[in-house]
Parts: sequence; structure tokens; C-alpha cells
Amino acid sequence: MNHTRLKNLNLFTIHFPLPAIVSILHRISGVVLFFLIPFILWGLALSLTSDGFEMFQEWANLFFVKLTLLILFIPFCYHLIAGIRHLLMDIHIGTSLAVGRQLALWTFILSIFLLFLIGVWIW
Amino acid sequence: MVKSVLGVNHQGLSEWVIQRISAVLMVIYIISMMFYFVMNPNLSYAEWHYLFSRDWMKIATLLFMVSLSFHAWVGIWTVLTDYVKPYVIRAILNFFVLMMLITCLLWGMLILWSV
Repeated sequence: MNHTRLKNLNLFTIHFPLPAIVSILHRISGVVLFFLIPFILWGLALSLTSDGFEMFQEWANLFFVKLTLLILFIPFCYHLIAGIRHLLMDIHIGTSLAVGRQLALWTFILSIFLLFLIGVWIW
Repeated sequence: MVKSVLGVNHQGLSEWVIQRISAVLMVIYIISMMFYFVMNPNLSYAEWHYLFSRDWMKIATLLFMVSLSFHAWVGIWTVLTDYVKPYVIRAILNFFVLMMLITCLLWGMLILWSV
């Protein structure tokens, strides 16, 4: 038996490759968005009544409402950008390892940027 | 023909196509709505209500809701198939997901046509 082969079982030095993290987060954000569907519908229904619209306008001035809204936009921004990455891969962009890693990194950068823009729009 | 290659059970091809078409439709709708919000700061109730009173907006939003329903159905089905192994539990969960999506779609239609 060969006992001299290299072993690395230190979990702090082993991690998922970036594209795999992008993929699992795409799933998690998708599931979160699924559970948000009824709340978004509730918001739409209320916003289309004059009383509800006024109520939302008042709420929109509150810091914690803005913060909650921004937090709820996290899975939205991420799923949108990661989904566009998926569509790019469908047309064979980013299927090589090097470009795939770059696209994975850009998924995070662009989702944070989009979230930032939405934050600016909310405030 | 594609069918003869893939057999009667097309093994997910239609789900794959549904997921992509619905994704593209939703991206178009979302980008349009983002433009609308950016172009209309200080949106008033009258403007917002008027937007949703137009037939083309009802149809566009309905298309978005139908896309979202199919997209969520294929997505959640995939997740349940991967992580919930016992058949009966998975079938029950799938059933509830389907019921929720159908309920939300009908509710969405009611909202749209009550404007």
C-alpha cells in the first residue's frame, strides 16, 4: 500500500469552486423568491387602491421599511444576475473554466451593484 | 426528428425550454418596470392606477405572472426532486406548491381585472 500520497482533509483550506457557490445560491434565492410571491401580490393589490397607496407612501418614509425592502431585494438581484449568467452559458459563453470563474465573480459584483442602485432609488 | 432521438419521455427538454423562455420574458418585463420607476420619480396614485388600467399592461403583467408560475413550478420541482427522496412526501409537497401557484395566478388575475 502506498501511504505517502498527499492528503488534505483540512476543511478550512477546502472549499467549493466559485461557480458552484453561484449555482447553489441561485437555487436558494429562487426558493426564497417563491415564498415571496404571495406577499408581492398582496403589495400589488394594496398599491392599486388609493388607501393602500397612501399607506405605502407613509411606510416608505420609515427607515426599517426601507431596510426590509432592500433586504428583500437581495435574492431578487442575485437571482436575476445569476439567471442572466445561466442564459449566457446556454449560448456557450463562459463554459470554459477560466471564463466560468470570471463570470461567477462578475455575478457577485453585478448583483451587489444592482442592489446598490436599488438602495439609492429607495432612499 | 428530435422525438425519435430523445424517445417519448423527452427527459426534461420541455422543462428546459419553459425555464428559458419564461426567464427571458420576465427579464424584459422587469427591465421595463425598472425604466418606468426611474422615469417616474414621485409616482402618484393616479399614474400608477392608470398604468394598470390599460389593456396592454394587463396582458403584459398576466404574461409575467404566467411565466413566473411556470418558472417557479419547474424550479421548485427540480429542488424537491433533488433533496426530498421519499416519493409520498415529495408528491404531497409538489401538490401544495402547485396549488399555491395556481391560487396566486388566479389571485393575480383578479387583482389585474379589478383595476
